[in-house]
Amino acid sequence: MSFYDAKKKYDGFDFNKFSADITGTDIETILAKETLSETDFLALLSPEAKKHIENIARKANLTAAQHFGKSILLYAPLYVSNFCTNNCAYCGFSTNNNIKRKVLTFEEIEKNCKVVAGYGIRHILLLTGESNTKTPIEYLKKCVEILRNYFESVDIEVYPLDENGYKLLGDCGADGLTVYQETYDEEIYKSLHTNGAKADYAYRLETCERAGRAGYRNLNVGALLGLNDFVSEIFFAGLHAEYLQDTFPSAEIGMSFPRIRPAAGGFRPKTIITDSDIVQAMCAVRLFINRINLTVSTRESRSLRNNLIPLGITKMSAASSTAVGGYAGKGSEGQFKINDTASVEEVKRMIYEKGYQPVLKDWLVF
Amino acid sequence: MQDTFKIAGLELESRIFIGSGKFPNNRLIPEIIKASQAQVMTVAVRRFDFENKDENILNFIPENVFLMPNTSGARNVEEAVRIARIAKAASNTNLIKIEIINDNKYLLPDNYATAKACEILSKEGFSVFPYMNADLYAARDMANAGAAAVMPIGAPIGTNKGLKSKEMVRILIEEINLPVIVDAGLGAPAQACECMEIGCAAVMVNTAISSSANPVLMAEAFKDAVKAGRKAYLAGLGIVSETAKASSPLTGFLTEAYEEAVK
Repeated sequence: MSFYDAKKKYDGFDFNKFSADITGTDIETILAKETLSETDFLALLSPEAKKHIENIARKANLTAAQHFGKSILLYAPLYVSNFCTNNCAYCGFSTNNNIKRKVLTFEEIEKNCKVVAGYGIRHILLLTGESNTKTPIEYLKKCVEILRNYFESVDIEVYPLDENGYKLLGDCGADGLTVYQETYDEEIYKSLHTNGAKADYAYRLETCERAGRAGYRNLNVGALLGLNDFVSEIFFAGLHAEYLQDTFPSAEIGMSFPRIRPAAGGFRPKTIITDSDIVQAMCAVRLFINRINLTVSTRESRSLRNNLIPLGITKMSAASSTAVGGYAGKGSEGQFKINDTASVEEVKRMIYEKGYQPVLKDWLVF
Repeated sequence: MQDTFKIAGLELESRIFIGSGKFPNNRLIPEIIKASQAQVMTVAVRRFDFENKDENILNFIPENVFLMPNTSGARNVEEAVRIARIAKAASNTNLIKIEIINDNKYLLPDNYATAKACEILSKEGFSVFPYMNADLYAARDMANAGAAAVMPIGAPIGTNKGLKSKEMVRILIEEINLPVIVDAGLGAPAQACECMEIGCAAVMVNTAISSSANPVLMAEAFKDAVKAGRKAYLAGLGIVSETAKASSPLTGFLTEAYEEAVK
C-alpha cells in the first residue's frame, strides 16, 4: 500500500477536536512512554502540549544524543537551474515571476563545486527548478557525475522522476532524495498547483517511494510550512517519514521544516508558523521517530538555528546560496531569501560553542 | 594480578573498547582514553577525513591506542567488504569491526550478511570482529569463517538498556571458542560489570560515556566496573540460591539417631 492509500484512514478526521480534548495528564502519560502511537504523536502537536514544551524538549534532547551522539552534519545546496514549468505562488522560481533564468554549464558547475568544496563542505544537495526540458535527465546525470568528484555524497532535489530516472541518477552517484510535498492537504495542494506535472498530488506524494525502490540511501520529506495549518501538516509529514522507514528499512529517513520565506512573487502565507511551532514540531517528530534525521536550513535565522542545535537536529546547511551559480559569481535570483548568511567556519564555531561537534564528512565514495 | 587479554595478535591490559562517533568534541578523545585506560578505539571509516586535519578523528587518537575501523553505514556484504578494504589502505591495520545494518530503526545487525563478510575478509587477512545479534548459529558461522571474536549486542544500540541478551550471550560464552565482547546497549557501569562477571572477554562502550554530562568521569567509572567484573569472574561467583536456607529443613528428621532407631 502506498502512503497515498495509507493516509486515507485520516480522511475526515477532526484535528481541532482531537487537539482540544488533549489534557495535561495525556501529555505526561505520553512522555513516560518508550514508543509513541500515531495519536500520541498528534497529541504532542496540540496546544496543550505546548505548555509542556520544556519537558518535551528535554526528552527530545536525550533521545537525539542517544541515537546520534552530539554531532551535526553540515551540507550545502547547489542550484544548477531555476527554469520551472510550475506556477507555485509561494516560490520564487514560479513561471509567473519575471526573473532572470539560467541553467549552469558543466564548466560553471565545476567552478561552483570548487568554491563549495573549498569551504570544507563534503555533502551536497543538487537542486533545480522543475523543468525536464531545460534540465533533462541526461543533464542531471552529468551534474551528479561532476558533483561526485568533489563531494562524498550527492543528494538531489529535482523534479520528481520515475523509478528508472532515480536508478539512472543513482548509477551516476546520487544517494539521497529530498522532496517536499508542499502541503499534505490534497485540496489545498490542487488549488496551489494547477498545471504541469506538479498538479498530480499522488505522483508527488509517492516520489520518495520510487526513489526508495531505486535503492536510495537517504529519503527526506517535509511540508512547506505556512500553506496550511501546522498540526495536520507536521502530523502527515511525520506519518510519511514513518511509512518510509517501515517500507525501506535500510534507508535513512529525514525531515525538514521549511517555512515560507520572502521570495519573488510576494506570496503571503496562510498561517504564520512561529519559532515555538517549529520547536514543538521538531521535538514531537524526534519522540515519534527516534532515528530520524532532522534538518535545518539557512531559511532560518542564525539565532534560531543556534537554539535548535540541542533540540534534536542532526543536519544543517551552511554558507548556502539559493541562487543559480551563486557560489562562483553573482548568480541569478535565489529561490528564497537566505536568513543565516554565516560562513562554514562560523557555523562550525556556533556548533562547538553549543557543546556539539560539526561533522563535515560522514560517508565515503567507493 | 597479571591478566593479559590476547586477541588478534594484540596483548591488551584493558578489557574495554571505546567507540568514537558520538562525542561533542574530538579533543575529548585523549582524555576518555586516559580515564578508561582503553587500548582499542573503534572509528567509522565513513568519518575518516584526511583532507581536513582539524576535524579528522584519526588525529585525536593517541598513538598507543589500537585503531579498529568499523564498516558503519554498510547495508550489505559488498559495501562492508569495500569499506574494510578502504580502511586497511587508509589506516594500515588488519583489524576490522564488521557492521552490516539493514534496519535503520533499531540498527540491528544482519547476521547472515555479517557471516559472509567475515568469510571474505578473514581470507583476505583481516582480523575480523563481527557486530552481531546474540545467536548461536550465526556465531558458529562467524567462528568457522575465521572471526577473531564475536561482538553480540547487549541491547539495541544507544538504548542504554544493559545486558538484555544475557542468556544468549552466556550460551555464546559457553559454546563459542572465541572471545565474546558485548557491544551496544550498555548504559551503566554495573551493566558492563555484569557482562564481565559472566565471562565476557571485554565490553565495548560508546553512548553511555559520550552522552554523559561528564564523559571523562563516566569513562573512569566504566574502567573500574570492567575491572571489578573481570576480577569477580576470575574469583568465581557464588551459587545463586532461589530460596533462603530454611531454618526448619524438610529433611531435618534424617538424623543419625533416627537412622539408628529405624534400623
